[in-house]
Amino acid sequence: MNVASRLFSLILLVAAWYVGSEIAGPRMLPGPQTVGFALWTEAQSGALAFHLGATLARVAVAFVIAMAIGTALGIWMGRSRLADRLADPWLVALLNLPALVIIVLAYVWAGLTETAAIVAVALNKLPNATVTVREGARSLDRQLDEMAQVFRMSRWMRLRHVLIPQLAPYLAAATRSGLSLVWKIVLIVELLGRPNGVGFEIGIAFQLFDVTRILAYAIAFVLVMLAIETFLVQPIERHVSRWRPKAA
Amino acid sequence: MSPAGGPKQLDVSIAHKSYRTASGGTIEVLHDMTFALKAGTVGALVGPSGCGKTTLLRIITGLDSDYTGTVRLPDHGKLGMVFQEPRLLPWRTVEQNVRLGAPEATDSDLDVLFGALGLAAHRRHFPGELSLGQARRVALARAFAVKPDLLVLDEPFVSLDAALAKHLQEELAALVTSRHVTTLIVTHSMDEAIGLADRLFLLSASPAHVVAEVPIGRPRGPHTAAELAKIRTEISQALGKVGK
Repeated sequence: MNVASRLFSLILLVAAWYVGSEIAGPRMLPGPQTVGFALWTEAQSGALAFHLGATLARVAVAFVIAMAIGTALGIWMGRSRLADRLADPWLVALLNLPALVIIVLAYVWAGLTETAAIVAVALNKLPNATVTVREGARSLDRQLDEMAQVFRMSRWMRLRHVLIPQLAPYLAAATRSGLSLVWKIVLIVELLGRPNGVGFEIGIAFQLFDVTRILAYAIAFVLVMLAIETFLVQPIERHVSRWRPKAA
Repeated sequence: MSPAGGPKQLDVSIAHKSYRTASGGTIEVLHDMTFALKAGTVGALVGPSGCGKTTLLRIITGLDSDYTGTVRLPDHGKLGMVFQEPRLLPWRTVEQNVRLGAPEATDSDLDVLFGALGLAAHRRHFPGELSLGQARRVALARAFAVKPDLLVLDEPFVSLDAALAKHLQEELAALVTSRHVTTLIVTHSMDEAIGLADRLFLLSASPAHVVAEVPIGRPRGPHTAAELAKIRTEISQALGKVGK
């Protein structure tokens, strides 16, 4: 039932696309079969894997850096009122700085380098992760904290068995919104200053008004992210929430 | 108990403990709270609700260090505690909860404890799948698994039905008798205190201090009606003296 309804909605989307391309003409909106064929050609030449790989690597590195720092910062700000007061204005500033400004400044200051690209993406994601985790850290259960203290649990044990499980739903939310945000920003970073990656390819296609190629790369990337969500994020989420009593 | 180490008994001597209220005043919760509990015995702190028993336990367990006075824990000061709420980690199984509290407990230690507390079938269950009575048993198992130098229990049977509370109380009595753990239990139930303790410490209303100590003859033994009546008379006499 679940799978069937999802499949039905997907078929509906492709059908709408097909009808749209018939109306708008193949130059403005190439049909699914044209894009599918382009995807196949790019895959065969190896270009797809190369650019997809470059983009995925940037997504992974920037995401991990942003989540690690954002989590640490979020826990710190959630637990210490002083830290919250000190760091909050910075956070608000970063949160409201347009992604494009951070990217351009990073490239101006550090040159068109990989480091600049990664830092720019991570900085864009960082405040988002921090705010989400801070919310979680504010609602930590003091009673469990005291229990851990009385039983003299080590720092590591407290982190692993008391703190992180309580933050799990917040970390999951930050991961979800983070992955989609990061990959969108990575594409802009690549468009503006990298010689490879999906963003770079889309930039070239834009200059040639090659809508087919733009759609082919976009779809390829969406499929990859969908696979990550289905085969990585969701199973992890199911595992960490296995203790919750199931709804009848 | 163990031969080496620090003092043999629990010594509590708290001159003052007060809280600052939201309106800026201070409320004194404990005043000249002094008592000692011999190694291997069970002491019960009995007093009216709201008299500061939980505060006292927080000081003894080191959760609150904002007081004037001294607290000396027996031996190495290893603590096992049962809070009013079970305070289990919901995302860990029963067995993991006990092991996390007591990493040094061996498999056979756990087998014995789970057997004695009727938890053998629940080792792999999560706390959300247990009844309150079962969760309380897990909290007891965790506290005993530590092999504590001092076992602290804060109204461990509150909000259980009378029959279940009685049953758990008997299990607890059997455990402290067989293990000779120095135990401090807070309760507002006189029956519970008489059924478990070697010595009762009767507390006054807030600011709390010990108004009388009543030793129990044949602790945890089944008491005859006559013995119970005698103990109760002693208690009311002790309290009566203070009242005047």
